[in-house]
Amino acid sequence: MTPGSLDTPSEYLLRELAPQVLGAVIRRFRDFAAAEDAVQEALIAAAIQWPREGLPGNPRAWLIQVASRRMTDHLRSEMARRRRETAAAMQPDYVAPAAALENDTDGDDTLILLFMCCHSALTPSSAIALTLRAVGGLTTAEIANAFLVPEATMAQRISRAKHSIKTSGVPFRLPTEQERAQRLRAVLHVLYLIFNEGYTSSVGPQLQRCELSGEAIRLARAVHSLLPDDSEVAGLLSLMLLTDARRLARTGPDGELIPLTKQDRSLWDREQISEGIALLTATLSKGSIGAYQLQAAINAFHDEAARAADTDWPQILALYDLLKRMSDNPMVTLNHAIAVAMVHGPSAGLELLNALDADGRLNGNHRLDAVRAHLLEMAGDHPAAIAHYSTAAGRTTSLPERNYLVTQAARLRESANSNTASEP
Amino acid sequence: MKYILMMNCPKAGYDTFGAWPKEDIQAHIAFMCGLNKALRESGEFVSAEGLASPQQALVVRAGKDGAPITDGVFPEAKEFLAGYWIVDVESPEGAYSIAARASAAPGPGGAPMNMPIEVRQVMSGPPDEFQ
Repeated sequence: MTPGSLDTPSEYLLRELAPQVLGAVIRRFRDFAAAEDAVQEALIAAAIQWPREGLPGNPRAWLIQVASRRMTDHLRSEMARRRRETAAAMQPDYVAPAAALENDTDGDDTLILLFMCCHSALTPSSAIALTLRAVGGLTTAEIANAFLVPEATMAQRISRAKHSIKTSGVPFRLPTEQERAQRLRAVLHVLYLIFNEGYTSSVGPQLQRCELSGEAIRLARAVHSLLPDDSEVAGLLSLMLLTDARRLARTGPDGELIPLTKQDRSLWDREQISEGIALLTATLSKGSIGAYQLQAAINAFHDEAARAADTDWPQILALYDLLKRMSDNPMVTLNHAIAVAMVHGPSAGLELLNALDADGRLNGNHRLDAVRAHLLEMAGDHPAAIAHYSTAAGRTTSLPERNYLVTQAARLRESANSNTASEP
Repeated sequence: MKYILMMNCPKAGYDTFGAWPKEDIQAHIAFMCGLNKALRESGEFVSAEGLASPQQALVVRAGKDGAPITDGVFPEAKEFLAGYWIVDVESPEGAYSIAARASAAPGPGGAPMNMPIEVRQVMSGPPDEFQ
């Protein structure tokens, strides 16, 4: 909210209450788009008033009341406008139902909102923006800041997203049993994208974007507490924690990329690693295993190694075998090839890359070149490694990665030169 | 993903623009304003700027003491950056389609100019580690 005005616990309380308040207001007034605006105004009012006047006795009721008042004002002016325009001033839609659906719990409202905001009718960037605002309780300005776009642009993106929801006619209720699995996958995917946005923070306003990873973790925690028995939800949360634990070690002081093998492991967040591993262990005992859990497990093996050389590559390879069977994703095949190279040697890995060439889906993708360069270097074929590092550098759109790949090529060229120079 | 769309124009273009009939100039300006407005409304707009005439353009290099050494006004034949947009789109195709719209800005007589627009992706932060 307004920077510096609310202490962290109050801010978290506000964010946690945001979807609950929105749920209550939608139930009462049935207009998602307008209710969302009203709740946003109530959150801003709270961020201004609470630090000055103290936390109200019942913060949730306070927010619902303020949002409802805004909603009533909005409806009044809307009705006046309609009265001017048409004779039919009273639209049944705008009459608040006497009894809200009292049976549903507030927790369900958070879930329902997540299902709405992550609906497949929305493009990923719209779903991300709307989720952060309606469920995450972030302001448009904060979201715009995190994505480095002007606030007006983000406001438009959010209002278009709300419009898509309106026209798609998604009802404000939990999806049916049949839809549920698929809709939950969409929700988890959006949370995963939000996490990645934060994790792949650009060199500039780094702090802002790191907050996105934190926000994704917070939302994943909320979903996990609502669906504690869903092992993929736990798997995603665990994956986020185990990946985010390495954040500080992942870049140098100037934002330069530090690969896993070269990271200062004392910078890894042990507490977060323990939490991620505990979550994962609890889900693995439950039976069904999904892709997020497997990726979390792979990261757990990386995080548990005291030194890069201690990494349990045979276990990681076994997990990639499973993951590969589960999804036909060439990126998984690529990572699988690295694990094969670490266990069976670089030429076995390079052979798998040839299969990826034939597959064609990674044609022109810098990662294929980068991995090939790395395996060629392992195999001792430095001239070919240099060529592929350079190709990869030319293809990546990530600035720190470009710098890293260019440096790798230069390092090999230099060692080649010094070797020739030292020869008699 | 963010892209920069660069509209290049030969220096002569700047001079002839001023010589277009008034309504053609107005139509061209209105088109560009409309394009920016549409990009704002679609939630894709990041920034856009038009650059001043290259009449005053200089090339600057640092001299031995670090002081700027300027090179005079460019020779006639050179192409100049006339303006750019930075857009945030879902896919490269989104950027190409905006570039095509900009390219078709009306010229003299209202005919589309079909100007070349150079489309380049803006680099992002570090890649994600898991896929």
